[in-house]
Amino acid sequence: MAAIEILGLQKTYMIGFWRRRPKTALRPLELTVEEGEVFGFLGPNGAGKTTTLKLLMGLVSPTSGTARILGMELGDARVPAQIGFLPEQPYFYDHLTGRELLTYYAQLSGVPEKERSSRVNTILARMGLEGSADMQLRKFSKGMLQRVGLAQAILHNPKVVFLDEPMSGLDPMGRREVRELIQELRSQGKTVFFSTHILSDAEALCDRVAVIHQGQLKGVGAVADLTSRSTGTVEIIFCATHVPQALKAICSETRVTGEMVNAVISQQQQETVLDVLRRERIQLISLTQVRSSLEEFYAAQVRPKSSGAGVGA
Amino acid sequence: MNSSRRVSVVAGFVLLGSMACSVLALQAIDRFCMRPEVQQELYIHSPKMLRRLSLGYTGLLADVYWTRAVQYFGHQHHRNSNDFHLLPPLLRMATELDPHLIPPYQFGANFLAQKPPNGAGMPNEALTLMQYGIEHNPNNWRLYYNLGFLYFTEFKDYAKAADAFEAGAKLPVTNAFMPVLAARMAQHAGEFDTARMLWYTTYQSTTDGAIRDNAVKHLAALRVDEDVTHLEELVQKYRKLTKRLPESISDLERVGFIHGTPTDPNGKPYRLTSDGQIEVEDPQLIPYITKGVPSKDDSTANNSSPATTAQ
Amino acid sequence: MNSRIAFVAFNTFREAVRDRVLYNLIAFAVLISAAAILVGEISIDVERLVVVNLGLTAVSLFGVVIAIFIGIGLVSKEIEKKTLYTVLSRPVRRWEFVIGKFVGLTGTLIVNTFFMAIGVFLALFYVAHRLQRSDLAVLTALFFIVLEFLIVVALALFFSSFSTPLMSAVFTFALFVIGNLADDLRGFARITSGFAGIVASVLAFLVPNFSSFNVINQAAHGDAVPERLILYNTLYALLYSAMAISGAVLIFQRRNLK
Repeated sequence: MAAIEILGLQKTYMIGFWRRRPKTALRPLELTVEEGEVFGFLGPNGAGKTTTLKLLMGLVSPTSGTARILGMELGDARVPAQIGFLPEQPYFYDHLTGRELLTYYAQLSGVPEKERSSRVNTILARMGLEGSADMQLRKFSKGMLQRVGLAQAILHNPKVVFLDEPMSGLDPMGRREVRELIQELRSQGKTVFFSTHILSDAEALCDRVAVIHQGQLKGVGAVADLTSRSTGTVEIIFCATHVPQALKAICSETRVTGEMVNAVISQQQQETVLDVLRRERIQLISLTQVRSSLEEFYAAQVRPKSSGAGVGA
Repeated sequence: MNSSRRVSVVAGFVLLGSMACSVLALQAIDRFCMRPEVQQELYIHSPKMLRRLSLGYTGLLADVYWTRAVQYFGHQHHRNSNDFHLLPPLLRMATELDPHLIPPYQFGANFLAQKPPNGAGMPNEALTLMQYGIEHNPNNWRLYYNLGFLYFTEFKDYAKAADAFEAGAKLPVTNAFMPVLAARMAQHAGEFDTARMLWYTTYQSTTDGAIRDNAVKHLAALRVDEDVTHLEELVQKYRKLTKRLPESISDLERVGFIHGTPTDPNGKPYRLTSDGQIEVEDPQLIPYITKGVPSKDDSTANNSSPATTAQ
Repeated sequence: MNSRIAFVAFNTFREAVRDRVLYNLIAFAVLISAAAILVGEISIDVERLVVVNLGLTAVSLFGVVIAIFIGIGLVSKEIEKKTLYTVLSRPVRRWEFVIGKFVGLTGTLIVNTFFMAIGVFLALFYVAHRLQRSDLAVLTALFFIVLEFLIVVALALFFSSFSTPLMSAVFTFALFVIGNLADDLRGFARITSGFAGIVASVLAFLVPNFSSFNVINQAAHGDAVPERLILYNTLYALLYSAMAISGAVLIFQRRNLK
């Protein structure tokens, strides 16, 4: 069974003073996420990522279309118990302590009374918050708030976890922790659906990604596929203070740093270049195939049509 | 969306149901409870204080007090009470807050002076109110009319009444009856026609339902008084003719003094007593009459009507 | 009993209390004590009257202000600050949330009023040196004040369900003022005819009618309040609150949370 099936979800807002002008936040979206997948939802700000998440959470009602989570329609009362949600820049009740907040969420999530405190303690420990468990939330730093947010999203052991920009505002340590958490969730068989505009995170974590831009889905693909493709170019690094005359025409994107030269050549030219280097007795340092990056895929989807064909899905 | 729809439907029913029931509850409270602000003392006795407190919203507050005055009066009148002690201050508050609000003056002229339970029985208060009104609205003919009316009906001071009517008649905008009334005060103050003209002018001077109602009642009473006087004259004439009193009204008809059976404004025929007096069958239905009231019962008889004419 | 409603209610209460709402009690205590001591200087018969009048009026006014501010602050603020996003992603239904909030806020006000009531009775005892039978009327007056709070909180919730914190506060306060003048509105409706009269009548019944709830003066004079009135007022308060809350639920059900 698919964890998430988005079937033509669409949202159009009426804006303007008389609410007459339609503004499409999300065009009809078709997307499926399998159970156990870590799925990245990429796109620039304002692309419709948060709108999609809000639609899935039932915070906003769709103009048309529907969706199913774990086979259950949106609005089915059984859904919330199986999912967890971390919104972007979450805000919580200032005057509660971390422990109280998580207990409250546990109560609302229907965690049985006997298990509540142990569950809360476990999650506090897991998120590294035991020390500040009894401090009021208004004293929490941004990173701690994010951790609390993640805690409430997973404390009731949901099958599907939705995260909206989970890394936002975190320092590198924090980001690393979140990454580890997501990997841990995956190893527990959970489905993780998260939106982000940080591509390196997506590349490192996701099984599949989708790119959305201006309310429209631009492309979906498996990360492995998108990044394994050879671009047909090779990056070569050799010891020299300048690019040899013979290679000037062949090499592109050359960069000289001290005694090393970085250059990009096409795969067919590989042998020719090697010959030149041997002849000139220039020491070769490395020769690597350039693989396509997620960034290129992304840029291709997001960039306006006029500039070249990117690597499609 | 099924459960969401269900919630909306339930909430909708609860909304409508509670709305309807709350209206019922409110009406029950009304019926049960004496409306407190009618019974309450006036917290603020000084109009100047009130004006200061009103923070400039004097117009609105004046309307509020005027509304309360009407409610208070209606409430007391409905209970057949004799206590209207709050009416003068309420009207005073309203007019001090907004001296140009005319209805309170008219109301005061009609209902402050009349005796309870048709009025408050405080003619002097009414006079003060009128004078205050004229001071602040010197070009409003209605107020002069009300003043003259007061002098005429309550104080029987026909000279002052004439002065008031005359002053009103001189205004650029006035009622056609004013000069006529002024003239009649001198010679014909006591006549039925004068009184009729007076009440008719009252009727014309206002759109207030209560005042008009009152004027109509007075006009009806006038008609009765006139009828009774006229009939009693005929009885005397009959006696002169036949040396004895008629036995019933139809006797008068037989000798041709009247045609048909005379009836009061309610359609009930007049009765003839054994000593030649004419009586109204049901005086309770016609307030304000001064003639034709059966001597035995203590009927309403409140307001003064024009002086009786000479026989 | 729906436990989620209870959880929301308790959490609301806790948040309100920690939000230093109850500090108002200190201001109240100071006010009432000062009044009691001052009044002790005046002639004997009037003291009781003044203490009760002043005390109950203060309870009423303080309470309404708090009702509006925590009512708005806790609900509109939650919507604005998106605390709601996470809460609503839990199995809590929207209507449960609204009702839970209502119960929690009312509870806060009742607790608040309870402490204030103690203050009033203490001041009364101080000036009168004893408590008498007629002081029971003060309890009734307090009960009516709490009923008023019920209505005000319900209205605050209603407006919060669709408008911004500021506008909700304004509307609720406006209705509180109009509600106290509802009698005049009805009087006006009675003497007006035609379309304006119909509009005035409709408005006069839609607006909360607080006039019969204000028995402060009677309590000051020690006059007992008729039981029928207690029954009717309780009914009216419950019905009116139900109306406002169901309105809030209806609107909130369909609201898109931006």
